[in-house]
Amino acid sequence: MAVAFDSENPDLPPAGPPAGRAELLVRIFGPLLLLGSIVGGWEFLVRINEIPPYILPGPGLVVESLLDNWHSLYPSLLVTLRITFLALAVAVVGGVGLAILFSLSRWVELSLFPLAVVLQVTPVVAIAPLILIYVDNITLALLICAWIVAFFPILSNTSMGLASADHNLRDLFELYGASRWQQLLHLRLPSALPYFLGGLRIAGGLALIGAIVAEFAAGTGGTGSGLAFRILEAGWRLEIPRMFAALLLISFAGILIFLAFTALQHLLLRRWHASAASRER
Amino acid sequence: MSTHTIGIATAGRPRRDPEPAARQPVSEPLFELRGVGKTFGSGTVALEGLDFAVGRHAFVSLLGPSGCGKSTVLRLIAGLLRPSRGRLIWHRRIARGDIGFVFQEPTLMPWASVFDNVRLPLKLQGRPRREVREEVERALSMVGLEDFAGAYPRELSGGMKMRVSIARALVTRPELLLMDEPFAALDEITRFKLNNELLNLWARESWTVVFVTHSVYESVYLSERILVMASRPGRITGEIPIEVPYPRDEAFRLSSRYTAACRRVSDELRRAMGE
Repeated sequence: MAVAFDSENPDLPPAGPPAGRAELLVRIFGPLLLLGSIVGGWEFLVRINEIPPYILPGPGLVVESLLDNWHSLYPSLLVTLRITFLALAVAVVGGVGLAILFSLSRWVELSLFPLAVVLQVTPVVAIAPLILIYVDNITLALLICAWIVAFFPILSNTSMGLASADHNLRDLFELYGASRWQQLLHLRLPSALPYFLGGLRIAGGLALIGAIVAEFAAGTGGTGSGLAFRILEAGWRLEIPRMFAALLLISFAGILIFLAFTALQHLLLRRWHASAASRER
Repeated sequence: MSTHTIGIATAGRPRRDPEPAARQPVSEPLFELRGVGKTFGSGTVALEGLDFAVGRHAFVSLLGPSGCGKSTVLRLIAGLLRPSRGRLIWHRRIARGDIGFVFQEPTLMPWASVFDNVRLPLKLQGRPRREVREEVERALSMVGLEDFAGAYPRELSGGMKMRVSIARALVTRPELLLMDEPFAALDEITRFKLNNELLNLWARESWTVVFVTHSVYESVYLSERILVMASRPGRITGEIPIEVPYPRDEAFRLSSRYTAACRRVSDELRRAMGE
């Protein structure tokens, strides 16, 4: 019998297509090589043109500054990450909850969805200062800003996922007298999982951006302790290498969040969903 | 097979009177349709004037061109649709789980293992996992998949997925099995194999089967009785008994009785399609 039982291979990178040894090498060393040449070129240009560090510091200096300022940058990173993940958690609870409500009541969906769209299309940069004025608690204000941008992809994706349950399976559930609750739990939610995880991956990055943007808005008022505030602060003091170091840290945080959710997606879907399972060739 | 002598009391050529099936004497009917019609919300008349009875333990096929409403008939019988006109009368009490439904597609939950897919009807009845293990294993062994309980649907071939789908329909020990072109998407070798397995199981378990197909050859091979349908609106234009005793096997496929029956059914189908 033709059975392909090769859906789990721990050696593969998460959520990727199947890799031969050669492809694996390209996947790892390709980006590394490119990154290496960019960094090398950067260092080279800075040195050959003798660009002063307050205009453009070389990568070596940036790393040096990162290590020197670790005691102030690391707590700031934690502050920003805390806002990011709190906002993401609220976005997940709110987005999934609202999507379930939408799937149960067409009325709720028709009245609330336009509002969610308005929230999504209004640039957070524009409303962050307002929120900071109206909300006294800075942390809460930052949280709201990050939540606004992270919320929509989760709501929209989960909504679509809940509606995408197979029609014949719905008939089958009806035939066996499944309750609405059983249908939600055993059919709609599992159908929505791949969509939700896709939304989560987008929302993870957006929550970080939302947090940073809000910190900038708050930071220009002179308050803050997150990474964005460190960037502003370094700018005011013309400590450009430190500015770059904070920037580097933000990038790393974003990449880590993305990788973590990609891994989660792979872990949850690899046995059954076409987006994550590997094929024998 | 004495238990399978249902609804084929009249012999010979297809009947051509306006209500072909209604007057058929049926010993111990399971259900009957009386003047059943279905008009969808869009105004489309999908079915008109359906009159037929299906006896217990019978194997009846609905044969007709695409779009003639065969699937709609099955969905009416399953209670997934309500008739717009006429009545569907059950002659036995039918509870949830007494009807098994097999769709044209395997319609499995991709996120669940074969075991959990087959367990679904029992789970929806609220029966806990440990209590139903034997039932699920029995259903899996009926379709020859006892070794694949832990596999996931995407790891199976098309024929195996269909077997899982059939096992799921059988797990509640149904009285009536409704099958909507279940083998249409399979290759011929697999289809013949599953045809034979279905007939063996039916002989052993004596369910009533209503089988929808657009294949003349498949309907003749499987059924005791074929209801031929025409479209626009969907209606039954003829009924043909296939009076060949069971068990039927590959030798039947090569026999002249098979060829003759196929010719008769093809002629009737052609008439139904207005050619």
